[in-house]
Amino acid sequence: MNVQIWTYLIVGITFALYIGIAIKARAGSTKEFYVAGGGVSPLANGLATAADWMSAASFLGMAGIISFNGRDGSVYLMGWTGGYVLLALLLAPYLRKFGKFTVPDFVGDRYYSQTARIIAVICALFISFTYVAGQMRGVGIVFSRFLQVDITWGVIIGMAIVFLYAVLGGMKGITYTQVAQYCVLIFAFSVPAIYISIMLTGNAIPQLGFGSDLVDEPGLSLLDKLDGLSTELGFDEYTTGKKDTIDTFFITMALMVGTAGLPHVIVRFFTVPKVSDARKSGLYALFFIAILYTMAPAISAFARTNLLDTIPNTNYNKAPEWFKKWETAGLIAWKDKNGDGKIQYTKGKPFGNNSQGKFKPEFLHNKDGEFIREKDGQIALANPVNSGKNELYIDKDIIVLANPEIAGLPDWVIALVAAGGLAAALSTAAGLLLVISTSVAHDLIKKSINPNISEKGELYAARLAAVGAVIIAGYFGVNPPDYVAAVVALAFGLAAASFFPILILGIFSKTINKEGAITGMVLGLSSTLAYIIYFKFINVDANIPENWFFGISPEGFGTIGMILNFFVTITISKFTPKPPQEVQDMVENIRYPGDSKTQIKD
Amino acid sequence: MNQEDRLNYWKKNLRYLLVLLSIWFVSSFVLGIILVDYLDGVKKTAEGVVQDPDSFFHGFRLGGFKLGFWIAQQGAIYIFLGIIAVYVWLMNKLDKEFNIEEKEFTSSDH
Repeated sequence: MNVQIWTYLIVGITFALYIGIAIKARAGSTKEFYVAGGGVSPLANGLATAADWMSAASFLGMAGIISFNGRDGSVYLMGWTGGYVLLALLLAPYLRKFGKFTVPDFVGDRYYSQTARIIAVICALFISFTYVAGQMRGVGIVFSRFLQVDITWGVIIGMAIVFLYAVLGGMKGITYTQVAQYCVLIFAFSVPAIYISIMLTGNAIPQLGFGSDLVDEPGLSLLDKLDGLSTELGFDEYTTGKKDTIDTFFITMALMVGTAGLPHVIVRFFTVPKVSDARKSGLYALFFIAILYTMAPAISAFARTNLLDTIPNTNYNKAPEWFKKWETAGLIAWKDKNGDGKIQYTKGKPFGNNSQGKFKPEFLHNKDGEFIREKDGQIALANPVNSGKNELYIDKDIIVLANPEIAGLPDWVIALVAAGGLAAALSTAAGLLLVISTSVAHDLIKKSINPNISEKGELYAARLAAVGAVIIAGYFGVNPPDYVAAVVALAFGLAAASFFPILILGIFSKTINKEGAITGMVLGLSSTLAYIIYFKFINVDANIPENWFFGISPEGFGTIGMILNFFVTITISKFTPKPPQEVQDMVENIRYPGDSKTQIKD
Repeated sequence: MNQEDRLNYWKKNLRYLLVLLSIWFVSSFVLGIILVDYLDGVKKTAEGVVQDPDSFFHGFRLGGFKLGFWIAQQGAIYIFLGIIAVYVWLMNKLDKEFNIEEKEFTSSDH
C-alpha cells in the first residue's frame, strides 16, 4: 500500500467515526444544541476543549514557527497555555454558576443593557468568523497536499462533514466528535515525535529527548549540536532569542488574555453540570493541551537538526526524495545562485518577492503547463535573484507535514498526520460555527429581536444560522482573503481588549456599571482595531519597531487595549450610578457554587 | 450560609487567587521572559546576543537544556498545570469547609 491509499483509508475511517457520532448525538432542544444539555463530564469536556482550542495552526503551524525561530517561538507556547490559568481561576467557575448559554448573555445580564449585549455579539461574531476562515483553508490544504484533491473540493468535503455534526448535533454532536478528534490528533502528533526522538536520542519521551545526548555522537546534547550547526551555517543560535523583551512580554500577555476571552473556548465551560466540574475541566483541558504543546518544541528541534544535518551543501541531484516532492508542492524552492549544484542554506532570503508581491516561490511553466527544469533538475523560478548567499526557500508548514518523511518513517505514519491535521481543523471550525449560530439564534433573535419565539422556532433558527455560517466559512476557505495570517493577531487582540476586562470586572466587582463597561469595551476594541489595521493593512511599510507605540508590535497591542479597557471601565463606573440591586445580588450569587439563595431566572 | 461565612469564603478565595496568579506571573513573565537571558547565561548587547560570564547560571545545564530555554519552552507549561491542579484541590476543600458543594444536578436548571 502506498501513502495515497493509506491516507484515503485512515481519513475515511476517521470521517466515518465523526459521522457515526453525529447521527447518535442529535440535539432535540435548544439546551442540547447550545450547551449539550449541560451534562458533559469534566473529562469529556477537557478532551473536547483541547480539540476545540487546538486548531490547524497549533497542529500544522506552531512547530514550524518554533523550528525557524528557536527560543523566540516560546511566546506561542507560553501564550497559548498560560491563558488556561486565567480561564480556570478567574472565569470558568463563575460563568458556569451564572448558568446561561453564551458570553453575550453574561455581558447583557451583568451590565443590564441591550447595547452591551449587542456589542458583545458583534465582537463574538467578528472573532469567530476571523478564525473559522483559517480553519476551512487548513482543511483544503491538507486535502490538496495529501490526497491531490483540488483545494475547493477539499473545502467542500470539510464543509459537508462539519455540516452534518454541527447542524444536526449542535453542541452535543460537536462535543463527542471533538473527543474523538482529540484522540486522532494527539495520536497523529505523537507517533512521529516518539519515533524521531528514539532515532535521534534513544529516549522515547520527546519532551526529555530534546534535552538528551545524541545516539550517534555520545556526550553531545541535541541542542548543543543544533546550536553548533546553526552558527556554523550562519544562523543565530537556536537556543537564544533575539526578540525584544518588552514586545515579547506584551505579545505573550495578549495571547494569554486573548485565549481566556475567546467565546468558543469559554462556552465549553457552560456544558458541565457543576461549578466544581468547570474547575476540573480547566485542569483536564490544559493537561491534554500541554501534551501537544510540550511535544511541539521537541519536534521543532528534531526537525531543525535533521534538516541542517542533511540538506546544506548537498548536491541537488543527491537530495532526498521528500525534498523534490515538496518542491513540486511549492513548499521548497532552490535557486542555484553560484551554479555549483550544491544547496547553500544560510540566513537571509534566497530570492525576491514573486509577481504578486509575496515572498513565495513562483515556478516557471512551459506551454503544456509542465515545470521548466534547470540543469540539475530543479524547478526554474520567476522570482528575481538577490545577492544573498542563501539559496533555499523552505515553508514553515513543512516541519510537521514532512517530518515523517524527513525521518524516513513508514507510509501509514504520513497518512496519520493528514488525518490529525484534518481533525484539528474540523474540531476548531465546528466550535466556532456553534458560537456563530448561537450568537445569531439566541443572542440576536431570542434576546433582542423576537423574545416570544418558541423553543422549536429558536432551534430551527439556530440550525439555519449554522448552515449560513458553514457556507460563509466555506466561501472564505475557497477564496481566502489575503489577510488570513494577519487577522489571527486581530482575533486575539480583540478578545483581549474587549471581553476579558469586562468579564473579570463583572465577576470580581459589584460596582462596575453599564456606562463603564460599554465605554471600556468600545474604547479597548476600537484602539486595538485601529492600531492593527493601520500597521497591517493601511501602512504596511511603516510596520517596524521604530514606529511602534513603546516598541509594541500589532500582535502585542491587545495588551494595551486591555489595560485601557480596565482603566476606562473602572474610572467611569466611579462617577456614574451603581448597578441596580438585583444585578449586585446576581454577582454575589455567582461567587458561591452551591448556594442558591439568590437564584437568577432566565 | 450567613453573611460572615460568605465574606470569609470570598476572602479566602481571593487570597488563593492572589498567590496562584503571582506564581503564574513569575513563572512565565519573570522567569520565561524578563530573566530568560540571565538564566540562559547570555545577554543582549548592541552587537547582538553574547555570552554573559557574570550570570550565576552561565554554563548551567538542566539535563541538556539551558535553564531559561527550558522554562520558556517546557517548565512554564508544567507550572501552569500545577497551578490549576492546586486551585482545584484548594477550592474543593474550601467548598466542603463552608458546606456549599453542589449536589448532583441542582444548578443546571435554567
